[in-house]
Amino acid sequence: MQSLADQLFEAGYLPGISREFVYAAVILLVAISVLSVFVAPLAGVTSWLERRVWARIQSRIGPNRVGPQGILQWLADGIKNLLKEDLIPAAADRKLFALAPYVVFMGFFATFVVIPFGSQLIVADLNIGILYILAVTSLVVVGILMAGWSSNNKWSLLGGMRSAAQIVSYEIPAGLSVLTIIFITGTLSMQGIIGRQGWAPWDWFLFYSPFTFIAFFLFFTAALAEGNRTPFDIPEAESELVAGYVTEYSGMRFLFFFFAEWGNLYVIGAVATTLFLGGWQIPPLFENVFINGLLEFVVFFLKAYLWVFVAMWIRGTLPRVRVDQLMSMCWKYMVPLSFICLFGTATFLVIWPAGNRWISMLMFVLGLLILARFCWRVRFQIRHARPDLYFNPFI
Amino acid sequence: MSTLTAYVNNIAETITSVFEGMSITFSHLVRRPSTIQYPDRIPQQIQDTLPLRYRGILEVDMDICTGCLACERICPITCIAIGIDMDKETRQRSFSQFDIDMCKCMYCGLCSESCPTGAIRHSQEFEGASHNPAGLVRRFVTEPVSLYKPKKGGETEPKMIAKVETGKMYMDELATPDAGGKGSEER
Repeated sequence: MQSLADQLFEAGYLPGISREFVYAAVILLVAISVLSVFVAPLAGVTSWLERRVWARIQSRIGPNRVGPQGILQWLADGIKNLLKEDLIPAAADRKLFALAPYVVFMGFFATFVVIPFGSQLIVADLNIGILYILAVTSLVVVGILMAGWSSNNKWSLLGGMRSAAQIVSYEIPAGLSVLTIIFITGTLSMQGIIGRQGWAPWDWFLFYSPFTFIAFFLFFTAALAEGNRTPFDIPEAESELVAGYVTEYSGMRFLFFFFAEWGNLYVIGAVATTLFLGGWQIPPLFENVFINGLLEFVVFFLKAYLWVFVAMWIRGTLPRVRVDQLMSMCWKYMVPLSFICLFGTATFLVIWPAGNRWISMLMFVLGLLILARFCWRVRFQIRHARPDLYFNPFI
Repeated sequence: MSTLTAYVNNIAETITSVFEGMSITFSHLVRRPSTIQYPDRIPQQIQDTLPLRYRGILEVDMDICTGCLACERICPITCIAIGIDMDKETRQRSFSQFDIDMCKCMYCGLCSESCPTGAIRHSQEFEGASHNPAGLVRRFVTEPVSLYKPKKGGETEPKMIAKVETGKMYMDELATPDAGGKGSEER
């Protein structure tokens, strides 16, 4: 984009405008187009898909009226929320109240800068990529605290405080799990981390050693907690806090919080894919750069979306944990386990600095066995209940 | 149990129970949803699938109503209003009004049980949405209708035979055969 702007200058267009101004305009333009073309539909469709998946888990159908199979439901919801009155409580801190949704939204949206959708398809391959993500997503907690405090409402305040405690606590196991991977790669750059993995599952860091295998699940759990997802959604627990920090919000401001939540789901999947699942790596089948780029994007997108689906599925499965359970789970179980993973990986690297093919293969087989066991359990559940089967996802 | 075993057991239990729970919910993804997509995406109108004994909104077949006022008298909340006029020259009696206020009706079914011809009965219709309460008053008489008199040798006119049979069908449905109700006698 910068070269395009330079060319425009050299060709004599845009006379009398400073270069920095044009660069800023170009960056803004790119941000707007990415926002409206990729992120907004992604968050929207995720919201629709979540409702459908959740409904099927509960033997319901879910939204299927707006557009084919209800896929445009998110547009209808968005337009409805745009048309709603924007209420600000009389006793609220107006400036903070208005600012909070955007801070939360920024915290999630800024992560898209370093998400590698393909070997060429990345906004900026920062050399501190993963650290940047950890830092920027911490902005969300500031926004949530702002929302909770400025609403001047007990539920909001409690929700905000709970959320702060939760996100700060769960950042530790998440950070430590990320650190195990950084031990192996020696780089923080997202492309560098992917570059150290291969297209084959046994080359992924998920199966690198038993410790990274555990670290993956610790990371995913901690990331769910950081994203305020069920079963860790105590900041907005409906049964206790009405809606937590979003209680006083309405209209578009309310939508921004949920936009961030659903978009964040994809970010979780993308980061997990980058760190543990080989990112965009594809087998070298094609010579064509364009086809390769497209395939890389598809592979990355599907891998990331698989974990979005798993998050939906967990939401349909597990009940919400209590506040004390949440804290004890983090501090008593996940933090020690992630430390074990960290030191285990360090020891592993001392013994086999370049990794061990056999252990990777063994872990891959173990993963397959767990998957097979899972399929067997699902088959058992279906046979046990003898339900009417309906494999068609459309209804 | 030592603290360490309890600790390890807790972790193992968490993993296995989440694993098991996830397998159950996944198996639900391939089951047929039990939702009925009322009102438009159903193979058959719900009204057509309901049994005769279903207590829907009341309907009256004025052609076989004898004007005995049994329903009006037995109705515990007087939601039935019947008006009968007599023509002074021909001495012919006719209905001027047969209104049922479905706002008041409590669907007890006493009127249809007491009806000698099965003219008043609960239909299978249940959609009673209306813009105002007055819209729920069912008026069955728009122009004066003469009263029905059962003929001694049975009906001869085909149209009337069908109507009498329908009334009988409803009466039979309401009768309890063991208790020897009204319907069972006629059978």
